[in-house]
Amino acid sequence: MPIGYLSKRLFHLALILLGVSLLVFMMLRMIPGDPARLLLGEFATAEDLSRLRAQMGLDRPYPVQYGIYLANILQGDLGNSLRNGAPVATEIGMRLVATLELAVAAMLIASLAGIAAGVISAVRQYSVFDYGSMFMALIGVSMPIFWLGLMLMYLLAVMFPIMPMMGRIGMGNEPEVMTGLMLVDTLLAGEFGDFLDALHHLVLPAFTLATIPMAIVARITRSSMLEVLNKDYVRTARAKGMGEVVVILRHALRNAFLPVVTVLGLNLGLLLGGAVLTETIFSWPGLGRYVVDSLMARDYAAVQGCILVFAGLMAFINLIVDLVYALLDPRIRVHA
Amino acid sequence: MRKLIIGMALALCLLPAIGWCAEKSGGTLVWGRGGDSVSLDLAQATDGESIKAGIQVLENLVIFGKDSMNVEPQLAESWKVSDDGLTWTFKLRKGVKFHDGYPFNARAVYDSFARVIFKQHPYYGYGKWQYPAMSLGPVKDIQVIDDYTIALITEKPYAPLLNNLALWLCPIVSPKAMADYKDKIGMHPVGTGPFKFKSWTKDDQIVLERNNDYWGEKAKVDRIVLKSIPEPSARLMALQSGTVDIADDLDPDSIALVKKNPKLAVIERPSVNVGYLAFNTEKPRLKDPKVRQALSHAIDKDTLIKTIFAGLAIPAKNPFPPSIWSYNDANKPYEYNPEKAKKMLAEAKFDFNTEIELWAMPVSRAYMPDPVKTAELLQAYFAAVGVKAKIVRHEWGAYLSKVGNGEHDMCMFGWLGGNSDPDNFLYGLLSADTAKPPGASNAAFWKNAEFTDLCLKGQKTFNKAERTKIYLKAQEIFHAEAPWAPLVHTINVRCYSKKLHDVPLRPNGLNSFQMISKEK
Amino acid sequence: MRRWETFQDLLRSRSATFGMALIALVLLVAVIGPALAPHDPLKPVPLDRLKGPSEKNLFGTDSLGRDIFSRVIYGARISILIGLISVSISLLPGTLLGLVAGYFGGRVDSLIMRLMDMLLAFPAILLAIFITAILGPNLPNTMVAVGIVYIPHYARIVRASVLSLREQLFVQAIAHLGGGHSRILGRHILPNALPPIIVYATLGMGTAVLQAAALGFLGLGAQPPQPEWGAMLSEGRQYIQIAPHVAAFPGAAILVLVLGFNLFGDGLRDVLDPSLRSV
Repeated sequence: MPIGYLSKRLFHLALILLGVSLLVFMMLRMIPGDPARLLLGEFATAEDLSRLRAQMGLDRPYPVQYGIYLANILQGDLGNSLRNGAPVATEIGMRLVATLELAVAAMLIASLAGIAAGVISAVRQYSVFDYGSMFMALIGVSMPIFWLGLMLMYLLAVMFPIMPMMGRIGMGNEPEVMTGLMLVDTLLAGEFGDFLDALHHLVLPAFTLATIPMAIVARITRSSMLEVLNKDYVRTARAKGMGEVVVILRHALRNAFLPVVTVLGLNLGLLLGGAVLTETIFSWPGLGRYVVDSLMARDYAAVQGCILVFAGLMAFINLIVDLVYALLDPRIRVHA
Repeated sequence: MRKLIIGMALALCLLPAIGWCAEKSGGTLVWGRGGDSVSLDLAQATDGESIKAGIQVLENLVIFGKDSMNVEPQLAESWKVSDDGLTWTFKLRKGVKFHDGYPFNARAVYDSFARVIFKQHPYYGYGKWQYPAMSLGPVKDIQVIDDYTIALITEKPYAPLLNNLALWLCPIVSPKAMADYKDKIGMHPVGTGPFKFKSWTKDDQIVLERNNDYWGEKAKVDRIVLKSIPEPSARLMALQSGTVDIADDLDPDSIALVKKNPKLAVIERPSVNVGYLAFNTEKPRLKDPKVRQALSHAIDKDTLIKTIFAGLAIPAKNPFPPSIWSYNDANKPYEYNPEKAKKMLAEAKFDFNTEIELWAMPVSRAYMPDPVKTAELLQAYFAAVGVKAKIVRHEWGAYLSKVGNGEHDMCMFGWLGGNSDPDNFLYGLLSADTAKPPGASNAAFWKNAEFTDLCLKGQKTFNKAERTKIYLKAQEIFHAEAPWAPLVHTINVRCYSKKLHDVPLRPNGLNSFQMISKEK
Repeated sequence: MRRWETFQDLLRSRSATFGMALIALVLLVAVIGPALAPHDPLKPVPLDRLKGPSEKNLFGTDSLGRDIFSRVIYGARISILIGLISVSISLLPGTLLGLVAGYFGGRVDSLIMRLMDMLLAFPAILLAIFITAILGPNLPNTMVAVGIVYIPHYARIVRASVLSLREQLFVQAIAHLGGGHSRILGRHILPNALPPIIVYATLGMGTAVLQAAALGFLGLGAQPPQPEWGAMLSEGRQYIQIAPHVAAFPGAAILVLVLGFNLFGDGLRDVLDPSLRSV
């Protein structure tokens, strides 16, 4: 990997983050509604409002506010939440980890189930399984996610209570916070039972969040597998009398993997932000919910911080995807 | 998968066994609510979710009764007012300790109050003290007389002071904690209450533990876990499945479902709120009282309550509910009569051809659990008398600002009268003084000189009988002029599992949970 | 006669035909629906609230006693409009930006694409919430918000095809012969860059309907009492236990329409441009 390429990417990243910070700053202030009034509720007096605005630094001209904000960011300080005065970075921290755990679990479900379904569908093209799974995949991408989540919750947690309702772990099983990832923390604490409990809590929300990417992955895997399966080298391998499973795993799947990786990377980014609805329904204390709540409360500092974190993560994921891409297929040259 | 479920079931079985040690109760009370708290320092809190949690930990000098709004002693054992009405002297309870072991005394009271009203106090800069500064506003001096006696001296006689102190606004906080945590005190509240603050996972849960050194009757349950469950239908399911023991703010139709469930219970109390439709009296088409009266006749409040409030409300005719003194029951409600409404509108030469804006709040409140549907029904009622109303929504922040500027024709709003004083509703929401944009709280922009004078006179009058007379008259004027169509006073509800006993509910919905016990 | 062949290919594709049938069904309901609707979709009948499906109310009634069947029928128009208008709002500027960026390259290209990257840095639903909050929550603004969110996607796709076309001989030949920029762009590049956009736009209509529903869930969707499917669905979630039909029928309607767009988009992709599988 040429250093020049990496540094150029990083430069672009910095540029985009700068632009995003300005964009968010401006958009927030274009939204009608005053943070001070939202904080003080329905019937605050004008005097109270102006005092609070001054306290929050909102009475200064916009360029000055932006300048201060930018200077703070450069020192690694995302500012303090307007709602409760806590540093935005701490507020984001644990929530980001919670969202990451959910998103990564969803990604795992999506890729494992999606690739499996895609491969089987391709190998057994036009079979009942093929039609069935592709139709399910289409339903998966065509359904409002909050509806699906609530139905699953009602079915599996209330009518046939085999799944926990919500949250990250059973009451009283919370491990000491080390990484913030329930699965990791329970294991570090040596509590295998609690680990299973955390896993059990993760299933429904992760599955709900996974439906769309799972469907996309299944469809892409199927079509790229089909393409590869018809290529000469696969036919040759088959002709040489190699076992079907070996052919599929060694040749076809490996080559069909490239587009799948792209889609996975793209969707992890989407999942991070798109978790808002899933987090709301399953009471998951994640970043998606936090940023929407902050936006509704006009907590400027919190929203700005969250979006910067999202943007940074997305860019980072894109970079990783490109690198993985290059690793998987040496023929692809990375061009800036 | 099966192993997972078995493991889960085992864990679930073991969990209560560990918690179940005390004979009488113990155990964990799980309390599901709509959102997370913002700050647990109640002198800075402005949202219900902070207050609910904070009052378990922090205490006041005085407090409202368990199920009533009568003022009773808490950290003050007794109090008296001087004859000139300017000096309030409180005798404090002895032998009380804060959760951090620091002793409770007059000094602690001084610091807790002085930090919110005296700019020179070292802790003044640590917080945003909006509401307490308002309610302690007339206090100009605080005197520590001895370790257990403190006096508040007001600029002018100020009758509502005691009720204000009984609200959550002026809690007594450990001076050591205030000094240690500075502006982070809201994340680490240290008070004298029956529960101690244990931990807070943002947007997830707050854990409170029993204070075993509590000065009064100790709490029955070992701990309270407050769970944030933003989605109302999920909150209902959590209650049904036993994941939580108490679920707040359920949809009215869900409450009917809870009532039918043999494992669950519901208690109801009349509340001290009002949900109303304000007519912007500065808009030419709503200037004529006759038009406003006609529109009031067009609304079928009984059906509205049956349909949208699932019966959990009473129809309103005055600006405040009958549970508050000086309620004017002689006012005859504008009965539902579309024919009469049509006739009156025609007589007033109302312009039927232009759309009129009906603003609907975007958030649900205790006084208005489903504002959008309420607006849809109102729209249909107006349509029935030939008035074309267009529902306008703004996101909450914008709604507050724009209503405060008077940009609306008609808007839905409401008010929870925390201190149970009529003045809170009449002067605060309807006087000419509060009709000044921006940030007007008089959403009708109704400027009636006689009404406003009565309100001001009421504030200066200490004799309750005389005050009652004044407020009865004020309500009469309000009724005749109809700047609002008062819609409902909702009924406060608490839905909980029958495993709990002695669940309290005050008219304002705020209670300490120390007396609740939980069966296995 | 290439178009005719394309159409025949489409008819041969099972998924495209099925998708077309679903879309046609919704379109038909949207056009002649109001004549079919047995009740006024906006008129509350409070005493009949939350009634299950019956002869009188085929799909039951909602919490204000309005006929859900009539509301679903009227909602078809709104949802089709949401799909069409939001997609046009992202399609037109997106295509233009992509064309300009890809064709002229250099600074113009980096400026435009960096701007697009900034928009892409926002999670889609958040950007939509932002825009709705700025403009105010109502139906037209929802469409605008959903539209703006997807502009960068079109810009990227168009730019990619322009880049490959630009290098192709025939364009270079025309440029040598002295064709103006607009002529080359409009006559030669755009038509050849169209297939992927058409495919993406078809799929995008489904996405737009879903995004609008998500905004409805957050309370930022259509103007009440408009019978918008997403708003009806999200209102119905309160009644999932006592009256599941309130959510089920609008939910099914959304599913049918989005499924239609997705199936049709798939078929279109297979016919127009088999190399686009990864879009």
